[in-house]
Amino acid sequence: MATTEPTLHQLFDLALTVNGTRHEQAVEPRTLLSDFLRHDLGLTGTHVACEHGVCGACTVLLDGEPVRSCLVFAVQAHGHSVTTVEGLGSIEQLHPVQEAFRQAHGVQCGFCTPGILTTVVAFLAENPDPSEEEIREALSGNLCRCTGYQHIVDAVRLAAQNMKAAPQQPAR
Amino acid sequence: MTKTLIGQRVLRNEDPRLLTGQAQFVDDVEIPGLLHAAFLRSDHAHARLLGLDVSAARERPGVVAVFTAEDMGADWEPGPPLVSPPPTAKDVLFHSRRQVPLVKDKIRHAGEAIAVVIAESRYIAEDAVEDIVVDLEPLEAVVDLEMAMQPDSPRVHDDLESNLAAHLFQKKGDYDAARKQADLVLQRRIVIDRGAAAAMENRGIVADWDEKSQHLTIWDTTQAPIPIRNGTAARLGLSENQVRVIAPFIGGGFGPKMMMFYSEELVIPWAAKKLKRPIKWIEDRRENFYATTQERGQIHHVEIALSRDGHILGLKDIFLHDTGAYDPYGLTIPLNTQCHAMGGYDIKNFTTEVSVVFTNKTLVTPVRGAGRPQGIYVIERMLDAAARELVIDPVEIRRRNLIPPDAFPYEHGIIDQAFSPLILDSGNYWAVMQKALEMIGYEEFVRDEQPRLRKEGKYVGIGIAPFIESTGVGPYEGARVTVEASGKIFVATGVGTQGQGHFTTFAQVVAEQLGVAPSDVRLVSGDTAEFHWGTGTFASRGAVVAGNAIHAAASIVRRKVLELASKQLDTPEDELELEGGRVRVADIPNRSISLAELANLANPLRGAVEPGTEPGLEATAYFGPRYGATAFGTHAMILEIDPETMMIDIKRYVTVEDCGTVLNPLILEGQIHGGVSLGIGNAYYEKLHFDENGQLLNASFADYLVPSATEMPRIEVGHVETRSPLNELGTKGVGEAGTIPVPALFAQAVENALADRGLEILESPLSPNRLYELWSRKEAR
Repeated sequence: MATTEPTLHQLFDLALTVNGTRHEQAVEPRTLLSDFLRHDLGLTGTHVACEHGVCGACTVLLDGEPVRSCLVFAVQAHGHSVTTVEGLGSIEQLHPVQEAFRQAHGVQCGFCTPGILTTVVAFLAENPDPSEEEIREALSGNLCRCTGYQHIVDAVRLAAQNMKAAPQQPAR
Repeated sequence: MTKTLIGQRVLRNEDPRLLTGQAQFVDDVEIPGLLHAAFLRSDHAHARLLGLDVSAARERPGVVAVFTAEDMGADWEPGPPLVSPPPTAKDVLFHSRRQVPLVKDKIRHAGEAIAVVIAESRYIAEDAVEDIVVDLEPLEAVVDLEMAMQPDSPRVHDDLESNLAAHLFQKKGDYDAARKQADLVLQRRIVIDRGAAAAMENRGIVADWDEKSQHLTIWDTTQAPIPIRNGTAARLGLSENQVRVIAPFIGGGFGPKMMMFYSEELVIPWAAKKLKRPIKWIEDRRENFYATTQERGQIHHVEIALSRDGHILGLKDIFLHDTGAYDPYGLTIPLNTQCHAMGGYDIKNFTTEVSVVFTNKTLVTPVRGAGRPQGIYVIERMLDAAARELVIDPVEIRRRNLIPPDAFPYEHGIIDQAFSPLILDSGNYWAVMQKALEMIGYEEFVRDEQPRLRKEGKYVGIGIAPFIESTGVGPYEGARVTVEASGKIFVATGVGTQGQGHFTTFAQVVAEQLGVAPSDVRLVSGDTAEFHWGTGTFASRGAVVAGNAIHAAASIVRRKVLELASKQLDTPEDELELEGGRVRVADIPNRSISLAELANLANPLRGAVEPGTEPGLEATAYFGPRYGATAFGTHAMILEIDPETMMIDIKRYVTVEDCGTVLNPLILEGQIHGGVSLGIGNAYYEKLHFDENGQLLNASFADYLVPSATEMPRIEVGHVETRSPLNELGTKGVGEAGTIPVPALFAQAVENALADRGLEILESPLSPNRLYELWSRKEAR
């Protein structure tokens, strides 16, 4: 790599684990984690809606903690483990939180949903038996324009009940 | 059929894909060799474009092309009008000024597109946008609606004599004569300001021109894929069959994605064809605030004439409507306002006059509600003022004026947004309102609870607001229903889908006719390769117009199935029933034949068929209503205001809806909840603040406040069902019902809570700050 090349375009050898699979790829330092996941890895389930960390649609789990992938550079995830909505469950085998969203009609257009699911998975890991007020507080960093949140709140409650009855393996 | 599927809480067919990140949205489309576009947009709201230097941008590594208006040559022309002015209205004045692909000479709103960069990546395209040098002469901006109508105002369109875009007068009866008989005449000035639709998914478009097959494929976040296909083909000199438009999963529509053609929809397909390369453009949130259409700005001068006992003798509403820099969407919004300003009330004399005004602001086209919330706000505010003046209970004054159940169909004698006569088809209005009163416990609250809480020093208020919603307008939609060789059902319809649950409700309609499970019905919507007749998803019309077209097609297929099965089973049709994917003889369940077998028999590979035979178990049908079905509802709320912060705590929120036949109560409730959340935003949080230069001051989700889970109350939904006589399913639309009455309801409840100062609310949106200002000006009584 030529030393005269501006730092902006010097590629960085990124290595990270996404949904249990290890990836190694050279990226520009300015590449956002959201763009890396969506465009480099083709994991388009993570959606981008505001690009400034307010709406929560792009939330993924970084070592199990929810982060806004539009506010994180891909290089910051170097050596870490990322879980996206694709890592929660599959069409054939929905994660209990996904299943509860289906049962309670917690999804309409589905654009904000992946970020809400990842947020809720982390939230329920921390607080397995939340009150409605705690659920609303936990969701307050995720905007949804379709549902008015009521069925989402119901879905989180349902997920908590179901997961208490049948504890799950933690997400990858 | 042993049990009906219509009205069941069927879980959604589309959910597993949406919940696992497998559903395709426009930004998820990936094509080898895909290029990326970024637009240079104006920082000024009003300016003359003197020069553009794009040479540095063109030289940047990774940039493939930069286009300006000049580069488009003879292909540069404004977008087509989306809705023409109503031919049925007399004396209508309408100056059609349409948005341009790229600015040629004059910038008319901040965010208007000036040039586009096409590059190997979006990052590079955005870098290159910064390389472009623009020479502008800033002009004084036209922002305020009333100032825009002053003779000395600068003009948005230099070739017009003023900023008047359109003028429309409508009347029924004789308002002036009614006024002379009145015991009370009240006048008010009511101001309603702009908000954003703020769908979570921004707009986007991918265009892929294949030179070898001479075919253009477009993925577009549009609510109207078929008109986009037809218009694009016409502009590019292609046959409609050379263009396929796909509106895949759309991350919320709410109206602005019905607007067409946006500048980007004019530019990106053109550039893809020119470069013979696929191009993607995805709007960012800041662009969305500037370049995606908005709504609601109106100023009303209202006069209401009443008798002493609270009967409305007449209503006069003269108003200004802000259309922004251009007016491609015609008069849809102000027509809706005119048609809703009488609410669900029996008003015999009505005069309404709108002046549509050009301003140097983002274009205005319908946002969920589309002029209806303003109309309802006007009449409900006037009734609250009248109730106070006449010392009549706010509920009682409404009851006295509601259209009685035996008066339907109720003809108003003015035209609606579809240029059809405004006729309210059916309803039982007081029953709906009564149910809302019961659910919220109106009497007990007013009699016992409110006085008790007030004694404790609490500012608690109650509101109750009835409303109508014109829905399900024409012209038509269509659908094709096919029994496939597998025995499963395929449905294609033209309307796009933006989260309304069409994959499920429409499946229920088909499953009901063909005796299959809704999960065995696969629906494609919004792909012109599958179905290419139709208009789009707007005006709460999907379940009504497309729903009934699907019902009609499924009914024909059912007849075909029965006819063929009757021959095969040697049994009269009326002794057959469809269930579990089979046709069987009613009394002899083991004499049956599957839909799969019938589908294969209807499409033989060898042998002779009777002359005139159509292959397959398939039918295409259309539905076009004579006029729209009008839904009715009532919302009620109890709130408490913190007098120090003016923050509002919604204690109870009740809605009762009558949208005719309910297809799926689970999905219906979701529609209501979401509508109310936009309504609460409209009422108390969401206002687009434009400064005197036409600059939007809150163009981000950090500053423009969309309600979050902590602002939203739990909503209790009740139903009354009055079937519409205008269609076989008996449905009326409900997509906008949640939003329409909320600002009116909010104003009423806030006034009620702050009654000790005699505060009157005549504006929307409010905010804690604004409410504090209004409140502090009033002395405590």
